[in-house]
Amino acid sequence: MSSEDVVPLPTQGTPVSRHGMFGAKTTGDTSGFGGLVVRQAARVSSQRPYGSYFDEVADELERAYPEFGDAIERVVVHRDEITFHVQRARLAEVAQTLRDDLKLRFELCTGVSGVHYPQEIGAELHAIYHFLSMTHNRRIRLEVSAPDEDPHIPSIVSIYPTNDWHERETYDFFGIIFDGHPALTRIEMPDDWVGHPQRKDYPLGGIPVEYRGAEIPPPDQRRSYT
Amino acid sequence: MTATYDAYAASGTDDGTAEGKVFNVAGQDWDDVVKGVTDEDELLVINMGPQHPSTHGVLRLILTLDGESVTEARVGIGYLHTGIEKNMEFRTWTQGSTFCTRMDYLAPIFNETAYCLGVEKLLGVTDQIPERAQIIRVMMMELNRISSHLVAIATFGLELGATTVMLNGFIEREYTLDIFELITGLRMNMAYVRPGGVAQDLPPGALDKLREYLERMPERFLAMRKLMDANPVYLARTKDVAYLDLTGCMALGITGPVLRSTGLPWDLRKSQPYCGYETYDFEVATQTSADVYGRYLVRMQEMDESLKIIQQCVDRLTVTKGPVMIEDKKIGWPAQLAIGADGMGNSPKHIAHIMGTSMEALIHHFKLVTEGFRVPAGQVYSAVESPRGELGVHVVSDGGTRPYRAHFRDPSFTNLQATAAMCEGGFVADVIAAVASIDPVMGGVDR
Repeated sequence: MSSEDVVPLPTQGTPVSRHGMFGAKTTGDTSGFGGLVVRQAARVSSQRPYGSYFDEVADELERAYPEFGDAIERVVVHRDEITFHVQRARLAEVAQTLRDDLKLRFELCTGVSGVHYPQEIGAELHAIYHFLSMTHNRRIRLEVSAPDEDPHIPSIVSIYPTNDWHERETYDFFGIIFDGHPALTRIEMPDDWVGHPQRKDYPLGGIPVEYRGAEIPPPDQRRSYT
Repeated sequence: MTATYDAYAASGTDDGTAEGKVFNVAGQDWDDVVKGVTDEDELLVINMGPQHPSTHGVLRLILTLDGESVTEARVGIGYLHTGIEKNMEFRTWTQGSTFCTRMDYLAPIFNETAYCLGVEKLLGVTDQIPERAQIIRVMMMELNRISSHLVAIATFGLELGATTVMLNGFIEREYTLDIFELITGLRMNMAYVRPGGVAQDLPPGALDKLREYLERMPERFLAMRKLMDANPVYLARTKDVAYLDLTGCMALGITGPVLRSTGLPWDLRKSQPYCGYETYDFEVATQTSADVYGRYLVRMQEMDESLKIIQQCVDRLTVTKGPVMIEDKKIGWPAQLAIGADGMGNSPKHIAHIMGTSMEALIHHFKLVTEGFRVPAGQVYSAVESPRGELGVHVVSDGGTRPYRAHFRDPSFTNLQATAAMCEGGFVADVIAAVASIDPVMGGVDR
């Protein structure tokens, strides 16, 4: 299954993510970089057949979890990996099915990882869960999103106790509140820390450094090519 | 206990924070300290760490003790958080190697390889990595596994009071680090594995040095085993201590030697091979005792298996020639490194080429080094079997020249959650054995 099989969904006028480059503006811009328009990557969705063992997993999940159609928003197969985008309210039920169903048997969750997409209005915060089935030697991924105004995602610690610290870490770094977590506190940052450092609106920090007469700006203020 | 004023023990103030009498322990006789404890049934809350010598760095254990037995064990981490993942978002994909190598500082090659496999998967170039580069990666990983397990066993001995074990382990580790120094120029945090291959080919004499190493190590491992395997004191401290069965491991997400000590032969090198591990002949070490002693034996056996793999790598490297960096000029690092009068840098041949003969080569070099290559938008999860278990990396790209997000699922972080399950109900002395058998590296835990 290659990336060519991924079909873009109709998007709401694909927002522009960036204009120009190298700080070039229209006036006196002989490079032409000032006119550069970079559009945001389109939302993609894969169609069946997914290939590999992915169809089997999807079929079995559909059978074992009747609300599959409602709960799964879309499926993406990319680089030989499958991602199920799940409605956040249904996350715990899907995880429970993944763990308990004999033909799925994803007995190990290798944690949750947060990603912040400030440009995705209404779904800025993503939590991505990686699952491993040792029985069938398979891996899949669930992706859940929550808006910034309501950063709540149900906790799956009661199903996968290993996610205790992982959810605390994601809360610490992104501010996602995992409802039902037994003790959702900061884990890496000090308890009285303000802000959630891995969010894109949180600056990296740093000071300019002088080197042989030239001043090197801190990393987040250097020229960026993306 | 003296009755002088103590700021930490100011329980007389009614700010509601002090829950009981606080005792400061600073090296005095323990009997003097506990003299202050009047109530026989009182539970003692002890802060062990973050600067305690037996906590593998800056781990803080909050133990509730009823006499000598632990009724509750909680873990405090975060003392070594350095924001590596955040920093990587502001550097190019290649520079990421330099950052992530510093996470689990006892297993730098694994951090780099896990990350680079993720980047390569996202680029879709996994099958274009030259064979020689893959063999070197496997060899470096196995050398690193040995050096990491040696520290695990050495510090474990030290924490149980056996200095000889510690010295033995560290001496052999030095030999391993010498090889790293010869090949990469650095003993730790090498940033040797890069997206597309490895930084440079083996220097002259490296294979001979490796053959010497392979001759020396088996008898050294044997000597260590003779000292410990049947040592009654060692057995008393490790047998049936910190028991954690397969069910517990699954629920808590434990992988690596701790999981294999329960009898499950789960090793990503066998079950989901990468870097060509499926072509090497080796066994997965397991034990069934699920205790500290079993984890020690698993590590010892794994070092023997690693030597077997290194031997096969040396044999292959003798006959396999070719590049060690991907041929794709849009991804592969443009220059080969060489040692000059002022240290390591771009090779004189390459500098002569870009500065003297080819303007295009200069532009290409400049673009690739300052701007870096672009990685198609998407996300991947790639995992390797590090000495401590499954080291996973979740890499997200928005199509740019920097990682949009790189998250590491460090095995130390996850495995440390087993502390409570292993320690509660046991004795204080066993806490040290339990934590040492998890072998957490705080650089990886806190990142």
